[in-house]
Amino acid sequence: MADVANRVIGIIAEQAVLDEGDVSMDQTLEDLGIDSLGLVESIFAIEEAFDIQIPFNANDPASSEFDISSVAAIVRAVEGLVAEQHA
Amino acid sequence: MKRVVITGQGTINPLGRSVAETTEAMREGRCGIGALEFRDVERLAIRIGGQVKGYDPEAEFNRQQIALYDRFTQFTLLAAREAISQSGLSFGGELAARSGVVLGTSGGGLQTSDENYRSVYEEGKNRVHPFVVPKLMNNAAASHVSMAFNLKGPSFTVATACASSNHAMGQAFNLIRCGMATVMVTGGSESMLCFGGVKAWEGLRVMSRDACRPFSANRNGMVQGEGAGVFVFEEYEHARARGAEILAEVIGFAMTSDAADIVMPSKQGAARAIRGAVEDARVPLEAVGYINAHGTGTAANDKTECAAVADVFGAHADSLMISSTKSMHGHLIGGTGAVELLACIMALRDGVIAPTIGYEEADPECALDVVPNEAREAKVDVVLSNAFAFGGLNAVLALRAA
Repeated sequence: MADVANRVIGIIAEQAVLDEGDVSMDQTLEDLGIDSLGLVESIFAIEEAFDIQIPFNANDPASSEFDISSVAAIVRAVEGLVAEQHA
Repeated sequence: MKRVVITGQGTINPLGRSVAETTEAMREGRCGIGALEFRDVERLAIRIGGQVKGYDPEAEFNRQQIALYDRFTQFTLLAAREAISQSGLSFGGELAARSGVVLGTSGGGLQTSDENYRSVYEEGKNRVHPFVVPKLMNNAAASHVSMAFNLKGPSFTVATACASSNHAMGQAFNLIRCGMATVMVTGGSESMLCFGGVKAWEGLRVMSRDACRPFSANRNGMVQGEGAGVFVFEEYEHARARGAEILAEVIGFAMTSDAADIVMPSKQGAARAIRGAVEDARVPLEAVGYINAHGTGTAANDKTECAAVADVFGAHADSLMISSTKSMHGHLIGGTGAVELLACIMALRDGVIAPTIGYEEADPECALDVVPNEAREAKVDVVLSNAFAFGGLNAVLALRAA
């Protein structure tokens, strides 16, 4: 699962135009300067990378099942989806 | 009514990456049409076009911009950069609120549609990039220009097939003329040189396999091109007060509808638009020295256009010059009138009339001075630019030397 974290951080870093080393688990997308378009693009890239479906509605991100409150939350959510959808 | 002048021009098209490169190519009668290069081209019967070759988006835009900009938007932004930079304008405060952008395109983000349809239909993918819609929409280019240059006034996109740019520039002209805007960034852009774009045109059987030869008896169809032309239209007193260089004055515009056939042109519809533009300009017919023709190189257009010009101008039709620069850059569809306006401005400013290249055999049905094969030096004071679209929608602009 460390691999999932690294790949998710890689995608987020690319979107934020930062080095992977500059992205830490406790940061929020806002901290990283990722706006709403950047968020949907990140979600698309994560779906492509892991071949998973992410339950995310851009109309109301807060009520989506997919937790985007921090990098760590996203990594946990992706790990869960990978385990579930590839079980 | 306010007077409207042009204070900036920009382009990227098969003849060049700037106005200077383009007008030099037009002066030399160079041809920008060549072998098409894109995926699946071997499945096409038509394999030539006026493609912008060697273009590297990454040299012009960053990765996030490229994710949002279809090729037609990229071309528009490059042309707008050149035009606005030449005008010397920057948009803030009240001027930003009174300045807008109206652009023509026919296919909009057709490259994006083509790529993504291929991905979901042919490759069976069930997920597309989130920006497909904002990339392919017809108004994407106009919106990105408004964002890049802070244009907050009237802004929209006009789609009237091959007349889109002329209709757009006509709207820009009228918006300034009637006092609704001070500056309008206008013109048009097209990029449909992709498998689906050319395949659709192939179906009509109007495309040439070897060259675009407008007005020549042996012409055998149109050749598609791609690119953009963008201009800064400005209210005359505003331009004069800031000491701007005036490239030309826009003095007339007319648009008509044939209300007849979805593809065949009509002499009456074209003639009414040409006459309308001259009347709107309030100049005598004899003042018109040059017409940049629609001149697609199809059998139907060229003879109908020549007949319309002969009808409107009578004996003067034999003393004016009419050329089709599509012979050099191809038919840029929704962007074509904009790139062709560069030839009109060159005629007025530099006294150089762009030629109709590829002209080989006289056609009695096109018996006008089509400036065959070589550019000509001539002083002209008033010029017209014709555009006649599928669907019978005609738009003609009249310009005068500054």
